[in-house]
Amino acid sequence: MKMLFNVRNAVPTLVVAGLLLLPLYSHLSGNIFILTLFTRIVILALAAASLNLIMGYGGMMSFGHAAYLGIGGYAVGILAQEGFGSGFLQFPVALAASALFALVVGALSLRTRGVYFIMITLAFAQMAYYVASGLARYGGDDGLTIYKRSDFAGLINLSDRVQFYYLCLACLLGVLFLVWRIVNSRFGLVVQGLRSNEQRMQAIGFPATRYKLVCFVIAGTLCGLAGALLANNTDFVSPAIMYWTRSGDLMVMVILGGMGSLFGPVIGAVAFLVLEEILPFIIAIVGTPFVGDAVAGQAGEYWQLVLGPLLLFVVLFGRGGIMGTLGRFSRG
Amino acid sequence: MLLVIEQVLNGLQFGLLLFLLAAGLTLVFGIMDLVNLAHGSLYMMGAYFAATFAAWTGSFVLGALLALGATLLLGIVLEFTALRHLYGRDHLDHVLATFGLILFFNEAVRLIWGPAGLALPLPSWLTVPVQIFPGIYYPAYRLAIIVVALAVALLLYVGVMRTRIGMLIRAGASNREMIGALGINIKLLYTLVFGLGAALAGLAGLMQAPILTVQIGMGENILILAFVVIVIGGIGSIRGAFLAAIFVGLIDTLGRAFLPNLLRQVLSSADASTAAPALSSMLIYLLMAMVLVVRPEGLFPANKR
Repeated sequence: MKMLFNVRNAVPTLVVAGLLLLPLYSHLSGNIFILTLFTRIVILALAAASLNLIMGYGGMMSFGHAAYLGIGGYAVGILAQEGFGSGFLQFPVALAASALFALVVGALSLRTRGVYFIMITLAFAQMAYYVASGLARYGGDDGLTIYKRSDFAGLINLSDRVQFYYLCLACLLGVLFLVWRIVNSRFGLVVQGLRSNEQRMQAIGFPATRYKLVCFVIAGTLCGLAGALLANNTDFVSPAIMYWTRSGDLMVMVILGGMGSLFGPVIGAVAFLVLEEILPFIIAIVGTPFVGDAVAGQAGEYWQLVLGPLLLFVVLFGRGGIMGTLGRFSRG
Repeated sequence: MLLVIEQVLNGLQFGLLLFLLAAGLTLVFGIMDLVNLAHGSLYMMGAYFAATFAAWTGSFVLGALLALGATLLLGIVLEFTALRHLYGRDHLDHVLATFGLILFFNEAVRLIWGPAGLALPLPSWLTVPVQIFPGIYYPAYRLAIIVVALAVALLLYVGVMRTRIGMLIRAGASNREMIGALGINIKLLYTLVFGLGAALAGLAGLMQAPILTVQIGMGENILILAFVVIVIGGIGSIRGAFLAAIFVGLIDTLGRAFLPNLLRQVLSSADASTAAPALSSMLIYLLMAMVLVVRPEGLFPANKR
C-alpha cells in the first residue's frame, strides 16, 4: 500500500482527475476560457508525449517535432478547403502524411548522431515550414482558416466545446496508454537498450537503425494526430505552427516535466502553458506591495523575464524535471 | 553581369558575417562542448549596444568599439553566472537552459529599449558608393564589412594557430582533462573563449545593424543559419566554419536573387513569385541535409577526442 500513495504516483493521478473534472468546473463557474485553454494544453501534452517516446525512451533528440503538428494541421486544413469535410478522411490522411514525413526524415537523419541529429531534424522542420509558407493556394505565410471543423457524421460534434475537450483528452489518454505498452514491450525494451548502448545491442544482433526508425515514425504519427486536433481547436493553421521555437517549446515541456517518464510530458505541458497564462498575474500580485499596482501590472507583461531564468533554474537544480524532483522527494 | 558581381559580393558579405557568428559558436561547442542557443541573443545585444552608444557618443566608430567591449563583458558575465554550471551536462540541458536565456534576453530588451526597433544611422563617409572595378560601384559600408570580417578571420586564424593562447585553446578542444592536468587554468580559458565568442557575435550584430533594423528576435533566425554553417563545416572546426559560411552566404544570397527568374522559365509568373522566396529559404536547409546524409560529421570534422 505504501507504494500506491507516494508523491510520484499522486501527482499524475491528481492531474488526470483534474483534467477529467475540468469541464464540470468550467460549467459551474461559467468560465469558458479555462476550457479553451485546457483543450490546447491537452493537445500539446499529446504532442509532448509523442516527443517523449523518441527523446526520453529512444534517446533521439528531435528538434523538429513541431513539423508534424503542422503536417497534421495542414492535412485537415487543405482537405477542408477542397471540400472534404469528413473527419474519417481528414484524420487518417493527417496521420498517414505525418508517418510518411517521419519515415523520410528518420531514414535520412538516423545516419547522424548527437548534435548533428538535433540539427538535421531541425533542418527538415524548417524545410516543411518554408514549403507551407510557399503554399499560395492555402494562404501561404498568412495561414489557412478552417471554416468547418472535421465532421464525424453525428458521432461526435467537434464544435461543441465539451465534446471536443473530451475527444482530445481521450486521445491523450489513449496515446499515453499506447506509449506505456510500447515502452514495456519487447520492442520498447530494445529501443531503450539502444539508447543506453547502441554498440552492445548491435553486437547482440539487433538492427539498430530499423528499430529506431520505427520508433521515430510512431512518434511522428502520434504528433500528427495532435496537429489535426490543434487545427480543429484553433480553426486555423499557419506555417508559424512549425517554426523552430515551437519545436523548442515542445522540448521544454518534455524536459520540464521529466524526460523518460510516462506522465512527465503531460505535467510539463500543463506547467509550461499554465505558467505562461498566470505568470503575469503572479508578478502583478507579488509586486503590488513593493511598487504599487500600476507598475506591478505593467511588469506582469514581462513575464518571460521570469520564465527564462526559471527554466535555467530547473536545469541547474531540478535534474529529471518535475517528475524527477518528485521522485527524489518521495524517496525522502 | 553587373548584377551578378554585386550579388556575389553581397553573398560574400553575408557569408563573412555568418562566419563571425559561427566562429564563436563552433569554438564554444568544440572546446566547452556547450550548445549555446543564446548566441543569437549576444548578436542582438551587440546591435542594441551599438545603436545606444552611437547615439550617446554621436560617433559610429566609437559606439561600435564601446559595443564590442560591452558584449565581451556581457559574455564573460553570462559565462560566469550561468553557463559555467552547464559544462559537462547533457546537450539537452544546454538547449533548455539557453532557450530560457533567449526568452530572458528578448524580454529584457523589450523592457529596456521598448518593443519598437532602433535604427543605427551610418556616418556619411560610409554611405557613398565606391568604384571597385571600372564602372562597377558598390556601397562603401558593405565593402567595409567584408574588409573588417576578413581581417577578423585572419586575426582569429593567426591567434588560434600561432599564439600560446591559441595553442591552449586547440589543446582544450582535443583533450580537456589533459591540459587541466598540465596546470593550465581551464576555467579561465573557458571564460576567455566564451567572451571572445560573445564579442564576435556582437561584432556581427553591430555590423549588420545599419543594414537591417535593430529589433527583438533578430538573433534567432541568423542563429539557426549559424548552426547550419557549423554543422555543414563540421562542429569545432574553424576552417570548416569559414568555408561553410562563405558557401551558405553565397547560396542564400544568389538563390534569393536569381531563383525567381529561373523559376519563371518553368512556372507561371504568379506561381514563381510565390514559390521562389520559400524555395530560396529552403535551399540552405536542403544543402545541410544533403551534406549530412553524405557526410554525417560535416565536411571538415574536427579531430576526434
